[in-house]
Amino acid sequence: MTIASPAVVSASKLGLTFQTNDGPVQALSNVDLTIGKGEFVSFIGPSGCGKTTLLRVIADLEKPTSGTISVNGMTPEQARQSRAYGYVFQAAALYPWRTIERNVALPLEIMGLSKAEQAARIKRTLDLVNLSGFEQKYPWQLSGGMQQRASIARALAFDADLLLMDEPFGALDEIVRDHLNEQLLELWERTNKTICFVTHSIPEAVYLSTRIIVMSPRPGRVSDVIESTLPKQRPLDIRETPEFLAIAARVRDGLRAGHSYED
Amino acid sequence: MDSFRDKIVPVTSILAGVVVVWYIMAVILNAPFQRDLDRRAGETPDIVEFICKTMSQPKPTLPAPHQVAVNFFENTFLRSVTSNRSLVYNAWVTLSSTLLGFAFGTALGIVIAVGIVHVATLDRSLMPWIIASQTIPILAVAPMIIVVLAAIGITGLIPKALISTYLSFFPVAVGMVKGLRSPELTHLDLMHTYNASPSQTFWKLRVPASVPFLFTSMKVAVAASLVGAIVGELPTGAVAGIGAKLLAGAYYSQTIDIWSALVAGSVVAALLVMVVGIAGRIVDRAMGGRPA
Repeated sequence: MTIASPAVVSASKLGLTFQTNDGPVQALSNVDLTIGKGEFVSFIGPSGCGKTTLLRVIADLEKPTSGTISVNGMTPEQARQSRAYGYVFQAAALYPWRTIERNVALPLEIMGLSKAEQAARIKRTLDLVNLSGFEQKYPWQLSGGMQQRASIARALAFDADLLLMDEPFGALDEIVRDHLNEQLLELWERTNKTICFVTHSIPEAVYLSTRIIVMSPRPGRVSDVIESTLPKQRPLDIRETPEFLAIAARVRDGLRAGHSYED
Repeated sequence: MDSFRDKIVPVTSILAGVVVVWYIMAVILNAPFQRDLDRRAGETPDIVEFICKTMSQPKPTLPAPHQVAVNFFENTFLRSVTSNRSLVYNAWVTLSSTLLGFAFGTALGIVIAVGIVHVATLDRSLMPWIIASQTIPILAVAPMIIVVLAAIGITGLIPKALISTYLSFFPVAVGMVKGLRSPELTHLDLMHTYNASPSQTFWKLRVPASVPFLFTSMKVAVAASLVGAIVGELPTGAVAGIGAKLLAGAYYSQTIDIWSALVAGSVVAALLVMVVGIAGRIVDRAMGGRPA
């Protein structure tokens, strides 16, 4: 593949083996990966294929046991310490004792930003995810989709160039998910961030990504990389076009190929 | 009023049941002595008269509820609160050392919990001792605390309060250890991705997450504090306090006094637990708690 812009994430021969009571489990094996600036990369695969683990390695939430990885040209630990990325978990993980506004403020307080700067960023990011007017609500007063939007706002408020998202819409219903997918694309276009997105939904991966990384389990590895030929402007009904369906079919084939040795 | 139907009615039904059983037991337990009295006086009362007599002895084995109620009412509302026979006065004496000991105990429990959660060595070394401390009968320890402290010149409120502390730090320590460890993994991971310092993680995550645990354990601790304060009054020859009233009642076989002191103790305990509960609910609401 040809990537002109400098690599945001670059991994080579990356491996991670968990030591469990039932013996070692190879979560990642021989992963080579380069993600350029401004890309929207999806990781897709069945559960146990190591897609979340890979994201957690990039975020320095797990340590690789072999190979090398760099984030923004640094080790993941240095990247984390320089607050290079925002992370969105599968669950919104909002702190229940904080209002939406205070939840978004949490990373800003930790960074030690001034009150004025905090207020400005809170306003900007809540606008971005269409949550203006809900500043004073507590998480339980919001629907699941709104909670997840608040957690995206929190990751955006961080204002890092890299956004790591671990199945952020996995727990939401189809209608809300479509809506949030649309908003996420719009947001990506406006902010020009690099996004790493873990999902197990083929349409979601194809709709969002510039590149789809298909992974397969036991051991977790990259089994296929698919460049999307879709234009940057993607209305929801692009999912009905032959081009979209062709990419989806390729992803499905890739997933099946990764699984074939089991059948 | 739903709270009336849901709470008051069930509680009152149980209370009514207890009162009925109490009356029956009073008659049964006081009957032998009453028969003895009647035989010596050469009286042969009929059954109704006999039952009435068993419930109006001056020093009954088990006083009837109304005897306790009358005694409680007289000593609470009709006596000047400065009189040493007033239950209000005696309850206040016990309450003051309860509150002091509870404050010490809560503070000590929190400090121990913070230590245990943050220092692995303390977790392994301190926890067994804390548990062992609660297996020692407080009645055995209390006189020693009082005597030792008196020897170094500390008397009065502090020794009694320390016995309350001894009983009340434990639930707070255990509850707070649980509370400070209660944050979910993703909440902790989030702090990690922000590169938050340990103190930021402590103040912004662990402390708020532990607040509900704190109030639950404080409810247990405040009741334990009261027990500690009463026990602390027994071996000290205290002249005032609910414990002192219990002891004096036992010396002079004033069973009715003992029972009304017990009632006073229960009322104080109920009020304390209620106050802590209300404080907990106010804090919960202020922290965005979902109304139940």
